[in-house]
Amino acid sequence: MNLNAIDSELLKTIADLHTIPTGAFNIRKDGRGVERKSTAHIQVKPKTDKPGIDIIVAPGTKNEAVHIPVLITLSGVTDVVYNTIEIGEGADVTVVAGCGIHNPGSEKSQHDGIHEIIVRKGARMKYVEKHYGEGEGTGERVLNPRTILIMEKDSSVEMELTQIKGVDSTVRDTKAKLAEGASLIIVERLLTHNRQKAESDMLIELEGERSSARIVSRSVAKDDSIQIFRPVVVAKAASKGHVECDSIIMDRGKISSSPAISAEHPDAQLTHEAAIGKIAEEQLIKLETLGLSEKEAEDVILRGFLQ
Amino acid sequence: MLKIKSLSLDILNGSGDISILKNIDLELENDKFYALTGPNGGGKTSLARVIMGIYKNTQGKLYLDDTDITDFNITERAKAGISYAFQNPPRFKGLKVRDLLKISSNGGHETAYARLRAVGLCPQDYLDRECDSSLSGGEIKRIELATVLSRPSKVVIYDEPEAGVDLWSFEKLLGLIKKYHSRGGVTSIVITHHEKVLTLADEIILMADGEIKERGSRDKIWNMLQGDFRCRWQQDCGGDEDELECY
Ligand SMILES: Nc1ncnc2c1ncn2[C@@H]1O[C@H](COP(=O)(O)OP(=O)(O)OP(=O)(O)O)[C@@H](O)[C@H]1O
Ligand SMILES: [Mg+2]
Repeated sequence: MNLNAIDSELLKTIADLHTIPTGAFNIRKDGRGVERKSTAHIQVKPKTDKPGIDIIVAPGTKNEAVHIPVLITLSGVTDVVYNTIEIGEGADVTVVAGCGIHNPGSEKSQHDGIHEIIVRKGARMKYVEKHYGEGEGTGERVLNPRTILIMEKDSSVEMELTQIKGVDSTVRDTKAKLAEGASLIIVERLLTHNRQKAESDMLIELEGERSSARIVSRSVAKDDSIQIFRPVVVAKAASKGHVECDSIIMDRGKISSSPAISAEHPDAQLTHEAAIGKIAEEQLIKLETLGLSEKEAEDVILRGFLQ
Repeated sequence: MLKIKSLSLDILNGSGDISILKNIDLELENDKFYALTGPNGGGKTSLARVIMGIYKNTQGKLYLDDTDITDFNITERAKAGISYAFQNPPRFKGLKVRDLLKISSNGGHETAYARLRAVGLCPQDYLDRECDSSLSGGEIKRIELATVLSRPSKVVIYDEPEAGVDLWSFEKLLGLIKKYHSRGGVTSIVITHHEKVLTLADEIILMADGEIKERGSRDKIWNMLQGDFRCRWQQDCGGDEDELECY
């Protein structure tokens, strides 16, 4: 596959890829799979009944990564894709997903990624997903990821979900079910600007004893953008959960955060916190006393906050 | 040289304007080490913040080496060579000690490393720590000092560098402040309640009620502190030391 300059830039931004990856991968562009590779332990194959792929990581696979970036470089594309990822027993792998839209025209370009992820007994997965939009056109850039995560006994998952910038509208829906001893960390970072709108719903169900989840959402709403967060953790067993939403609001932005916890077992331990506020004045002042301009100081604080 | 002429600061709060600094005239020379002291609420931090440009003075003028800096904003004053180590340094979520020191030393990683060592914090342990509320009071004060010592300055104001710093380390930090001072061309102003700093200073400035009450040698000011200024809070409230009781 030949990557043009736009493809390369997008890949670099959403997947830290500078060339075609060495391990297993699948690159999807403008609604079609353009290239893929399986390795000895990681199988990547297209679905036969609907658009999308199955990724099967063999039990015990260690220190391998699979990249599954999605690129949209045309205006007026609506791409719906179903991916199933199975991480075999005792494996320890990284999955780098992500979607970059370069919309050059005036029509809407949209990607709806529906992921079903099963993490088998004792397996570990790090899941990194970056969303990014750009393009000189006026067409909307829309990303609606839907993720269903099934975690078996003693599995562990760390998810980093990031929306860097340039996505006009996003509705995220993340659901997870955790069995005994499973542990989940989700870190969501979101920046919206202009008239963008971002909604994120999460439902994390702690079904097994000793399971634990920690959900951290950090966001910045600039200009006239709107953000809505509704993370919910439900404990159905003796388990632990924590939800945290921390947002910086700027300009005429609007943010609504409603983390919720619900316990259905007397030994559940759940906490939540939410904060929305402007950049603390003293932080700006401190950086200005070190010689930064107000704008530079603001950038440093926002970058740090979303890091 | 820093020159302050007929400076006043009023701050607007709920019940109208309150006068924080009143008619301050002050000339501070290059290569001199000043201690600025006086009772709590006397206006020391406010004066420092006016010099740094954080508060905009209501009246008066400020000059740095004959340049009128009255209308300079914070950034411009920082670039002109004024530095201020905060009494209560802010904390930053997500910003690492490394990042903060890199900014203060204008990108120099070497300087960041060396400055951290100089304030007695092991770079290996602290460079990657976040400057958030997980740092202890003394740690954040030392990092604050490190940010200021990474910069070339003509005027440096240290706002109670001793606060929260343990006894053993304070001697060292004071030595460091002195060393920075002895590079030459620096006016150092240490806001302090610490006797040791008063002893080291070339001159002591005594502030109370938003005014400069006196300037002079340690002996002269010490006598005033022991006399007029002793127990002034009790007198103001009409009480005396005997009122303190154990419950
Ligand atoms: N933003 C403000 N709004 C209202 N009052 C203020 C403000 N800033 C300072 N003050 C008041 O001005 C007075 C001087 O405060 P300042 O912090 O300058 O005192 P200080 O001499 O540094 O005291 P300390 O030794 O306790 O640090 C105090 O009475 C304080 O309450
Ligand atoms: Mg003070």
